[in-house]
Amino acid sequence: MGMTMAEKILAAHAGLKEVHPGQFVEVDVDVVLANDITAPIAIREFERIGVGRVFDRTKVVLVADHFAPNKDIKSAEQCRVMRDFARAQQLTHYYDVGTMGIEHVLLPEQGLVLPGDVIVGADSHTCTYGALGAFATGMGSTDIAVAMATGKIWMKVPETIKLVYRGELQEWVGGKDLILHTIGLIGVDGARYQAIEFSGEAVNDLSMDGRFTMANMAVEAGAKAGLFAFDEKTRAYVEQVVRWSDGRRVGGSEGSPDTRPPDQGPSDDLTIPVIEINVSKLEPQVAFPHLPSNVRPLSEVGEIPIDQAVIGSCTNGRLEDLQVAAQVLRGWKVHPRVRCIIIPGTQAIYLEAVRQGLVETFVEAGAVVSTPTCGPCLGGHMGVLAAGERCVSTTNRNFVGRMGHPESEVYLANPAVAAASAVLGRIGGPAELEIRD
Amino acid sequence: MRLTGKVWKYGANVDTDAIIPARYLNISTPEELAVHCMEDIDPEFAQKVQPGDIIVATTNFGCGSSREHAPLAIKAAGVSCVIAKSFARIFYRNAINIGLPILECPAVVEGSEAGHILDVELETGRIHNLDTGQTFQAEPYPEFMMGIIQAGGLIEYTRVGG
Repeated sequence: MGMTMAEKILAAHAGLKEVHPGQFVEVDVDVVLANDITAPIAIREFERIGVGRVFDRTKVVLVADHFAPNKDIKSAEQCRVMRDFARAQQLTHYYDVGTMGIEHVLLPEQGLVLPGDVIVGADSHTCTYGALGAFATGMGSTDIAVAMATGKIWMKVPETIKLVYRGELQEWVGGKDLILHTIGLIGVDGARYQAIEFSGEAVNDLSMDGRFTMANMAVEAGAKAGLFAFDEKTRAYVEQVVRWSDGRRVGGSEGSPDTRPPDQGPSDDLTIPVIEINVSKLEPQVAFPHLPSNVRPLSEVGEIPIDQAVIGSCTNGRLEDLQVAAQVLRGWKVHPRVRCIIIPGTQAIYLEAVRQGLVETFVEAGAVVSTPTCGPCLGGHMGVLAAGERCVSTTNRNFVGRMGHPESEVYLANPAVAAASAVLGRIGGPAELEIRD
Repeated sequence: MRLTGKVWKYGANVDTDAIIPARYLNISTPEELAVHCMEDIDPEFAQKVQPGDIIVATTNFGCGSSREHAPLAIKAAGVSCVIAKSFARIFYRNAINIGLPILECPAVVEGSEAGHILDVELETGRIHNLDTGQTFQAEPYPEFMMGIIQAGGLIEYTRVGG
């Protein structure tokens, strides 16, 4: 019997020839990640273990992105706990204001996560790196403390389901719509405890940015990981972002562009469940409150006036997302009733958005452009909602109170829909605007 | 371990934002978090919960973020056990790791209402509803998980055991 992608990677990291679903394995981790919310608890637990030093100071990555730049005194104290720890442990990959970005946009861009890696992070959206063909999964702070101390973590090998996307995508439809449609189909626990393998010509055609968006929201279907097979797009991305020195990844684990990934083909286990989805007629999708699975096609949304539009986050804060938003907003003005907040995922994306004139387009349209932060996605800062307010957002969750007051509402959508809605003052698509190239 | 308490009953997909809203994640002390536990879906919970009380919910309890603040808040609020038809995977690991007993048992979820008193014997997985007289059987923990819970969490277990 063959193995799935997840099984191949976990077997390689457990020192085993093969593994099977349900098996408990202890695996070596390539990267351990935490942020300003989860790191303070992880550090507290790490210190109780009593080992003194982290297992490898080049493989523990800390990013101040959630409530940073510090939103209040308590957040400042949390960030300081993380900063002090990073300095004391001499971590080579600690990212503070000035270098930091939204962690799941930043790590791939910095070449810290690679195909075939096992990555554990104290953040549920760690599964984003599955877009690179890595096995990446979110855990809590205590698990991360143990991984920081030992470089190892126990896991139950997940079952795998394969999702095959058939057909060619329509204009203004992208990775966000594919994953929202999928969550609508299978539900918020449709892939609970499982690994998803994304495949088919529709996702092969996606850019890496679109694939990151899909893998990012695998957790919204309950999945442990969501993986894409390594292909020429993955190779081109990795070669562009990774700095190599004598065959050694700078600051990362051993390997070279030629030797990695170690046999990361798609699943050759022919017994796993396969779901085929024809997406050639798929419209942009909108997830209504208060679950990501509560999805409707854009044409069936109806009249939903909005107060705020957010374009950014670990789901849709990448360059391509900003380019799409700018393409829609160019020459238009944000509706007077709407606050439009645009958040580049990292400093590099911010800079590129400036160079390409995207920021100019946003500001001229009446949107605001923020420093990278997770802020509004989780109701932290930079766009918290009042009672009764509605927001269309390119983020990943629309639970009760997610972006602020428990009586506020979040509608999840792609960047084109969010940008068009900002102009229209209600949820709508770019087809309603005359787009001026 | 014997756990006895009053049932607080909830539905499906109780997410971690409902358990502890992100606006309180600028703190990490369990006692401070407990004051806001369940605030957005059940404002009375944090004031009225009694030590030993038991949360009972349907499917996918704890979905959403990886925040360990969620099980920490529940445990510090005095809840002795969470019983659900199913749990989201990160929440499941986190609860065990911090020593909050959680059990998957669909039958007891069907067979108990808010305010009922449940008596849980962790070693055997036997759950008794003192109001209806019914007895239910959950899958008992594997030995190492029981060890983690008895030690009070993964770190204590790791230190004690190794």
